[in-house]
Amino acid sequence: MMTDLYQSQRAMRQMRRQAMQRGVVAILDVGSSKIACLVLRFDGASRLNEDSGIGSLAGQSGFRVIGAATTRSRGVQFGEVTAMQETERAIRTALQTAQKMADIRVDHVIACFSGANPRSYGLDAQVDLEGQVVTEAEVGRVLNACDVPDYGAGREVLHAQPVNFALDNRSGLIDPRGQMGQSLAVDMHMLTVDAVAIQNIVRCIKRCDLELAGIANSAYVSGVSALVEDEQELGAACIDMGGGTTSVSIFMKKHMIYADCVRMGGDHVTSDISMGLGVPAHVAERIKTFNGGVHATGADDRDLIDIGGDTGDWEHDRRTVSRAELIGIMRPRVEEILEEVRIRLDAAGFEHMPSQQIVLTGGGSQIMGLDGLATRILGQRVRLGRPLRVHGLPQSATGPGFSSAVGLSLFAAHPQDEWWDFEIPVDTYAARPFKRAVRWFRDNW
Amino acid sequence: MRPLRATRAPVIHRSKPLSGPDADFASGEHHDVEPKLRLQGAKLFGRKSRRFDPAPSRLSYRMQRWMLTPGVRRGLKVGLPIFAICAAVGLYFSAAERRDALVAYANDIKTSIQQRPEFMVNLLAIDGAGPGLADDIRAVVPLDFPISSWDLDADQIRDTITGLDPVKSATVRVRPGGILQVDVVERQPVVVWRTRGGIELLDDTGAHVERIVSRKDHSGLPLIAGKGADAHVQQALELLATARSLGNRVRGLVRIGERRWDLVLDRGQRIMLPTERPVRALERVLAVNEVQDLLERDVAVVDMRLGQRPTIRMTKAASEDWWNTKVDVSSGQ
Repeated sequence: MMTDLYQSQRAMRQMRRQAMQRGVVAILDVGSSKIACLVLRFDGASRLNEDSGIGSLAGQSGFRVIGAATTRSRGVQFGEVTAMQETERAIRTALQTAQKMADIRVDHVIACFSGANPRSYGLDAQVDLEGQVVTEAEVGRVLNACDVPDYGAGREVLHAQPVNFALDNRSGLIDPRGQMGQSLAVDMHMLTVDAVAIQNIVRCIKRCDLELAGIANSAYVSGVSALVEDEQELGAACIDMGGGTTSVSIFMKKHMIYADCVRMGGDHVTSDISMGLGVPAHVAERIKTFNGGVHATGADDRDLIDIGGDTGDWEHDRRTVSRAELIGIMRPRVEEILEEVRIRLDAAGFEHMPSQQIVLTGGGSQIMGLDGLATRILGQRVRLGRPLRVHGLPQSATGPGFSSAVGLSLFAAHPQDEWWDFEIPVDTYAARPFKRAVRWFRDNW
Repeated sequence: MRPLRATRAPVIHRSKPLSGPDADFASGEHHDVEPKLRLQGAKLFGRKSRRFDPAPSRLSYRMQRWMLTPGVRRGLKVGLPIFAICAAVGLYFSAAERRDALVAYANDIKTSIQQRPEFMVNLLAIDGAGPGLADDIRAVVPLDFPISSWDLDADQIRDTITGLDPVKSATVRVRPGGILQVDVVERQPVVVWRTRGGIELLDDTGAHVERIVSRKDHSGLPLIAGKGADAHVQQALELLATARSLGNRVRGLVRIGERRWDLVLDRGQRIMLPTERPVRALERVLAVNEVQDLLERDVAVVDMRLGQRPTIRMTKAASEDWWNTKVDVSSGQ
C-alpha cells in the first residue's frame, strides 16, 4: 500500500521534472463552476535569486503565464467528477484555448480539485539517530516510522508533508539535515481523499492525451496564493468559496496543517435564488452576480430588479423583486456556509492558534458585504484575499476566483517536500523481495 | 475568456434606465456601438453557425495539438515551401525540351557577352622572332581573327609555340586594343653537330635548333660529332674553350661510345680524353705541348684515358724512322 503510493507519486514527480526540463507545463483547476487552465513557461532560476538572495520572491520567480483560459465546468459537482465525458470536453476546451494563446503544445499538466472529502491527519514519529548527523536517509527513516492511521479503504493519500522537525529538545526546525543530535522527531500532516475522485480526474486528463505531472488539493493551493507570507508564517485560515464546495485550509509556519471542505458553495446560493424566485439558473446567477448582497438596507426595499421570463405571459414576464428580498434569500445560505466553516475551524482547534487571521477567497467571496457577515460569524480578523500577482497573468484572471489556479502554479514552481521525496529506508524494500517481484510481474504482464 | 452572454435577456421594464455594465449586459448582444448598417442575412447566418457547445471535437483537439508541435510547425514553415519549390522546379524541368531551352538561353546570353567588341582580339603581334620563325608561329597557331578573348587559351597557345624547336621561351597575353601579343626568345645555336642523319645546330643546352644542309654556312661554330654528343654540349664547350690555344688546328670533338670525348686536330691527330675530368687531362696535354711542342711532332694519338699512364702513338713513318735511328742513338749514348 505504502510503496504503491510512493511509486505513483514519484512517477508524478518524475513527470514534473521532465516538464520543467521542457519548460512548459499546464495548470488545471478543475472546479465545480469553471475549469481554469494556465500555461506556464519556466525560464530557469531568476536573476534575483542568485544575486541578492532575496529568496524565491514568494515562489513566483522563474515562471511566466503565457496562456490562460477558462470555461464553464460541466460534469463536476462538489469538486468531484460526476460525468466523465462532459468533464473531459470541458478540460479539452480550456486547454485548447490556453494552448492557442500560448502558441505552444503542452504535454504535462498539474491538476487540482477541491472535493472528495479531504480529511486531515496529524502524524508524528521519533527515532534515535544511527549516527551523530541527520542525513537524508535519517529523515526518510523518521518519516517512514510515522504511525499511519487506518484511513479506510478507498481513500488515497494526496499530501503528506513534514511540517515540523525536532532534534533532541529543539523543536520548530524546518530542515534538520546536517545538524547534530541524538534523536529526531517529526510532525507530519497527511491529507487523504476518496481514491475514486483522483482516479476519475486522472482518467479525464489521460483521455485528453496529457501526462499528469502532479495533483494537489485546491484548499492547499489557494492558501498558498491568497495568504501573504506573514499570514502563512504566523498562522491563518484560508477559506476558498468555490462553486460547489467551500474549502478550508489552515496554515502555520508556512505549512498547511489542516484542510477540510464544506460541500456547499456559490451554486447553492444560485439554486436558492432560482427556486425562490422561480427563474432559470443562469438568470439567477446573473441576478446574484449583479445585485446580490448579504446586508439589507432601507434603500434595498425600493431597488426593484426585473427577473423576467420568456413564457409570453405579460404578467409573468414582467415580475420584479426587490433587492431586499434577494438578500433575504441569499443571506441564510451564506450564513449556513460560514457556520459550517466555523464548525470545521473549531474542530481543527483554530481558536488556539496564535494568530486568527481569516482570508476569504474564491469566486463566492465577491458577494457584496460578505466580509461584514464573515466577521460576525468567524471572528474579527477577516479580510478578502486575491491571488498573488504572477508574471504574465491576464487581468481577467486576477480575481479571487483564480486563487487556486495561481496557487497551483506557485506549487508547480516550488513544490513542498513531501513524504515521497525522501528515500524509503532499505529495510522496507528488502522485507518482501519475492512478493515485490511477483507484483512487478503482475503489473507489467 | 469568453464573455458571459445573455442569450435570453429578460425584458427590460424598469423605472430608471440601466447604466454601466448592466446596460451592456441586458442589451443581449455585446456591442458597444450600434452599427449604422445591419445586414439581416449576415446575422441570421451568424446565428445559425454559432455552436451551443464550445468544446472542440476530439479530432480537432488532436489536430491543433499536432499543429502546435514545434517540429511540425517548423516543417510546415520551412520544409513545406522548400519542398514545394523543389517539386515545382523539378516538374518543370523534367521535360527534356525545357531543359534544352534553358541551356540554349543561357548560352545565348553567354555568347552575346563574349562577342562584345571590348573582348574581341583582331591581331597577332610577334616580338623577338626572326621572319622565318614568325611565319612558323603563325602557321602553328591557327587563329581566324577576330576572335573573342574568352575563347583564347593563352596557356595552350604558349605551349604550342614553346613546342617549336627554335623557341626557347614565349609569353602570350592579350594587350589592350585587341592585340594578342606573343613575346618569343629564340634559341642561339652554339655548336654544329654532325651525325649520320645529317648536320644540326644545337644551343648550349644541347637542344635542337635547326637542321642545316651545309657545314659551310656556319663555319664560325665549332663542330661536334658522335652519338649522344648533344646531351653533353656544355662539356664540349668547356673543352673547346680550353683548347682555344691550339687555334685553328682544332677540327672538332667526337663523342666515343657515348662516354668520352676525342679532340680531333688537323693532320689526323687525336687527343683521347678520359671519361672523368676531361678538361683537366686536356690541360695536361696542352701544358706538355707548350714545353715540348708535343703536337707539332709526328704524333698520331695522345692517349690520356689512363691518367697515371699517358701514352702517345707515333705515326707509322715516325716509327720507322725511329727504328732506323735506334742503333745510332744507343751507340751515341
